Amino acid sequence: MLLIDCPHCGPRSETEFSYGGEAHIARPLDPAALSDAEWADYVFLRDNPKGLIRERWMHAHGCRRWFNVARDTVTYEILTVYPMGAEPPDLPERRYP
Amino acid sequence: MRLKRWFKAALHRRVAADTIQPETGIGRCGTTGWSEGAATGMNKRYSIFSLARNAFSRHENWQEAWRSPTPKPRYDAVIIGGGGHGLATAYYLAKQHGMTNIAVLERGWLGGGNTGRNTTIVRSNYLWDESAALYEQAMKLWEGLSRELNYNVMFSQRGVLNLAHNLHDLREIQRRVNANRLNGIDGEVLDAQQVKDFCPAIDLRAGGRYPVLGASLQRRGGTARHDAVAWGYARAADALGVDIIQECPVQGIRVADGKVQGVETARGYIETNKLGIVVAGHSSLLAEMAGFRLPVQSVPLQALVSEPVKPAINCVVMSGAVHAYISQSDKGELVIGAGVDKYVGYGQRGSQPVTEETVAAICEMFPIFRRMRMMRQWGGIVDVCPDASPIISKTPVEGIYINCGWGTGGFKATPGSGWAFAHTVARNEPHPLNAPFTLDRYRTGYLIDEHGAAAVAH
Ligand SMILES: Cc1cc2nc3c(=O)[nH]c(=O)nc-3n(C[C@H](O)[C@H](O)[C@H](O)COP(=O)(O)OP(=O)(O)OC[C@H]3O[C@@H](n4cnc5c(N)ncnc54)[C@H](O)[C@@H]3O)c2cc1C
Ligand SMILES: [Zn+2]
Repeated sequence: MLLIDCPHCGPRSETEFSYGGEAHIARPLDPAALSDAEWADYVFLRDNPKGLIRERWMHAHGCRRWFNVARDTVTYEILTVYPMGAEPPDLPERRYP
Repeated sequence: MRLKRWFKAALHRRVAADTIQPETGIGRCGTTGWSEGAATGMNKRYSIFSLARNAFSRHENWQEAWRSPTPKPRYDAVIIGGGGHGLATAYYLAKQHGMTNIAVLERGWLGGGNTGRNTTIVRSNYLWDESAALYEQAMKLWEGLSRELNYNVMFSQRGVLNLAHNLHDLREIQRRVNANRLNGIDGEVLDAQQVKDFCPAIDLRAGGRYPVLGASLQRRGGTARHDAVAWGYARAADALGVDIIQECPVQGIRVADGKVQGVETARGYIETNKLGIVVAGHSSLLAEMAGFRLPVQSVPLQALVSEPVKPAINCVVMSGAVHAYISQSDKGELVIGAGVDKYVGYGQRGSQPVTEETVAAICEMFPIFRRMRMMRQWGGIVDVCPDASPIISKTPVEGIYINCGWGTGGFKATPGSGWAFAHTVARNEPHPLNAPFTLDRYRTGYLIDEHGAAAVAH
């Protein structure tokens, strides 16, 4: 079970949060110009790393605000929590075979 | 008559106990005691006579079930992943398509992935025509599998119930059963009393927190023994000359001019121009090695088993709404499956709140199990597609084929998946059965959405 440090409310159990998947996906600025393949990429293709992931969470049973988390998907260690809109923090890559 | 049936049943159990090796493991597949006949791919058949013969030598001279060959420098096809699907693919490649100069590369031991971690529910009552055809093909293969492989996979058609807890569930079940029957798949809608009659252990007295209004029943559904499926396919494929190589992780894929050249492994470089990737939760990693992306997300799915008890529950009971499913193994353990973690993860454990929710739901529906002790809990990493349907497809790289995205429910499909994937690999084109399950469907929009429709996530 994850203990997630909500930037607004402090550390809470994972059951209070909902998950938003991969972070830093920008909505296309000119959707009409996209090919089907580019749409598929935007809608369906996600990073699925065995190692460092940057992802979004929402404190559904608390402040109801979104924020970003950098986490290790193997050790489940939460490396840092940072606000929406912020640049992804510079962390050493983690990759497991 | 009765006696005859009893004798037959007893015999069956005996064969089951003896043909199934006690432990998965690499040690067992070592070269010690390996006879010449076997080295040329000639397996001795299991039969009542071989059983009797071996009884005289205290079962100490059973032949190894498959060889442990050193990898050759080149194969006509290489399958990555020694789970049920990979091994079935290899078997059908050899059996149906005459491709015997092939290898299966497994990073750990056979069936050590989701195959050996799943709750073994087999059914084919999927909503959409595409899925129904694929899973029903698998069901038909299951029905003759022990005989086909000469290996008892303990396929038991004890019936699968999918419970309805509210009016909407009930209507959904009616719709699905109708769809199933139109596709020639058996299905019945039961009311609450019929559910109780079919599965007396369920508690319907007070309505409870999860009242049961009815259920769908697929009588041909049931369970099979998971590792026996992997071992049975491995042994049968080996007998046809397939090299099954364990402890051989693939670490890189060489591609030149958009075509596959071979794979880098912990045991050296292996050349091939046909590569099948069947690695479940690790699919994204292998795709990345080959230079393309997949729409799958890897999450742990967990299960747990209780201490063994006498027969208490005679069928499989699943509930989509409360996300719990239960059956009893032939050893007597209750086998309980849960839901997936809600976030990407590669830890083969599963999150504790998920366990808690599942067990709470089971206790509510089956108060007789409240005081059972749970013996083991574990997780497997399942690869979930956006439409909860698998991908059995060619890829952007020529000569690379992928079979993934089975998510929480691919065990039931093992024979059909291997059968269809073998066709795809051998002929470089999909069989009509798996033609809709392309990687390209996320671009064309032809999704096969089985999320809610497939009764539960399995
Ligand atoms: C808890 C749980 C319960 C489930 N319950 C059911 C159920 O009741 N009914 C049902 O139908 N399905 C169920 N499933 C799903 C089912 O288990 C899977 O869909 C199915 O077993 C997948 O088989 P596979 O052969 O594709 O994958 P796996 O059995 O996972 O095999 C993939 C293999 O690839 C290997 N591999 C990975 N990376 C590499 C590499 N780089 N090089 C070489 N080898 C590699 C792995 O070690 C692994 O052995 C369940 C799954 C889980 C986890
Ligand atoms: Zn908060």
